[in-house]
Amino acid sequence: MSAPVVELSNVRFSWSVDSPIVIDIEALCIANAERIFLRGPSGSGKSTLLSLLAGISRPNEGRLQVLGQDMATLGGAARDRFRADHIGFIFQMFNLIPYLSVLENVCLPCAFSERRLARATKSGGSLQAEAVRLLAHLGMADGELQSRTATDLSVGQQQRVAAARALIGAPELLIADEPTSSLDEDRRAAFLDLLFRECELGQITLIFVSHDASLGSLFDRVVSFAEINRAGTSWLGKPAGLS
Amino acid sequence: MIARLSIKSLRNRKVTASLTVLSIALSVLLLLGVERIRHESRESFAATISGTDLVVGARTSPVHLLLSVVFHIGNVTNNIGWESYRAIAGRPEVAWTIPLSLGDSHRGFRVLGTSADYFEHFRFARDRRLELARGRVFDDEHDTVLGADVAEALKYQVGNSIVIAHGAGEVSFAQHDQHPFRIAGILTRTGTPVDRTVHVSLAGLDAVHEDASYGADSDPLAAIIREKHQTSATPRAITAFLVGLKSRGTVLSMQRRVNEYPGEPLTAVLPGVALQEVWEITGVVEKSLFAVSVLVVVVGLSGMLVALLTSLGERRREMAILRSLGARPAQVFALILGEAGFLTVAGVLVGIAALYAGLFAGRTWLESRFGLFITVSWPSAHELGLVAVVAAAGILIGLLPAYRSYRYSLADGMTVRI
Repeated sequence: MSAPVVELSNVRFSWSVDSPIVIDIEALCIANAERIFLRGPSGSGKSTLLSLLAGISRPNEGRLQVLGQDMATLGGAARDRFRADHIGFIFQMFNLIPYLSVLENVCLPCAFSERRLARATKSGGSLQAEAVRLLAHLGMADGELQSRTATDLSVGQQQRVAAARALIGAPELLIADEPTSSLDEDRRAAFLDLLFRECELGQITLIFVSHDASLGSLFDRVVSFAEINRAGTSWLGKPAGLS
Repeated sequence: MIARLSIKSLRNRKVTASLTVLSIALSVLLLLGVERIRHESRESFAATISGTDLVVGARTSPVHLLLSVVFHIGNVTNNIGWESYRAIAGRPEVAWTIPLSLGDSHRGFRVLGTSADYFEHFRFARDRRLELARGRVFDDEHDTVLGADVAEALKYQVGNSIVIAHGAGEVSFAQHDQHPFRIAGILTRTGTPVDRTVHVSLAGLDAVHEDASYGADSDPLAAIIREKHQTSATPRAITAFLVGLKSRGTVLSMQRRVNEYPGEPLTAVLPGVALQEVWEITGVVEKSLFAVSVLVVVVGLSGMLVALLTSLGERRREMAILRSLGARPAQVFALILGEAGFLTVAGVLVGIAALYAGLFAGRTWLESRFGLFITVSWPSAHELGLVAVVAAAGILIGLLPAYRSYRYSLADGMTVRI
């Protein structure tokens, strides 16, 4: 097996020097192309962990490696570039830039990453073609739909556009933060199917965060955030192990 | 890329963005308009007379003499005697003189009595001399030569006959209709008060007044006296005269000599010096106008600041998305700064365009109403400097919302509190 995509050991993090530790993880290892379900109640610090993985924040101590890169040693700009090059992100809702069209939203990551631009161009022939291909794969083949403003879409359509945007240029790691919680049950299943298929095609590692334990069975592995995080309290002040 | 995002985001907020551009444009228009009119009026004044070393008239303030004689603003009440004029004109330092006699009008246009030397020696702008568009200069006391505006406004042709009136008003009850003038020539446009002047010979003007004062048709004796006066051809008095010297170096001594002339109290004015005095008087008004227009620019830019700051709150989600895509906080900063820059530059450009549209549309009105001759030229270095200061101020103001969004994006990261 190849090197792990994500590797944490004894990572501790607090927002500032005198605020309480919100993340204290002894070990977490995620293998290449693995589909991980990270479960935990909202407000338990999951988003903080994702910020660390994405390089928005830096751990106070411990070792945090993503794709073999030690995130603690990278500067701010380098971490931003790393995120642009290697990580796709899907939020819970309102993923899209409201003043861009669907197609422009999908192409946006390639504006921040030459690597992803090169990969997308190579895969689709052109950036535009690759975006259209991805949208079609995600059930959004309609050209009229693609030229619409992002905010004119239904929530389900918006999430699929967000997925296409996270997938363009084939980043190695896809992080989805409660991407299905604004979808109803049918759409949720359909959305997950699409996501899994794309991840499999691109050999993309998926970290899927949700408080909805019923989805866990669809993944390779379920990680309970409360179990791996030893920090006693969340940053909201609630006990972490509330679930 | 960031620039394209800026523009698209602004397009998404069309109404606020265009109102912001409009307010900046209007403030720039006001600022440039005030400066332009100030500059153009000075240019226009300075171009009115050239090559004249001294303006000599009866004792009065230099500014008053210059304004009334050269610019036809206000009236000179005292005349100077013909003998005084001849005495000074005959001095060896003097190269030429032009006698000027004012006080009559023709349908609102000033009548200037002068000699043929006027067409020979009068210079305006940068040493340009008067030229005839049609006809010829006056030969005798029955001829008149019209400025371009007079002929155009009253639709006069060479050969037409006109009557002049006493006083400078548009309507006059004392018409000198016993002595009509024949239009001998029409001058080309000069962009100076000459365009709005009816020129007659001094002899012609004198004949008019004698006709009037002696009641030509009712009194046979008056006709005889008039006959005598006309043949003598020496006017009794003139309003002022222009002096050209052989050497500019003698101008100050000549001025002193005129001011100390024993025959009667006279004033000699150096046109440039008197103009400088005029600018000192108008300077206060100009400065306060400029200050007001600067304040209006500040108001316009504050409008932009308010618009950008209020938009930031609802755009924190957008910033978080951009951050998740790998945008650096500096790029988020640049995005907002770019919007401020775009709004300011657009406002400045629209303002400049409006200024030129206004100049083209309003130049004839300014000319006929205020005698202000506007030449529509490219922006001067001074104006470009002003505009650059406005643009820089706009971008500087943009630093504030840009910095706030930068702080937001650092603090929020990818988590968004709505």
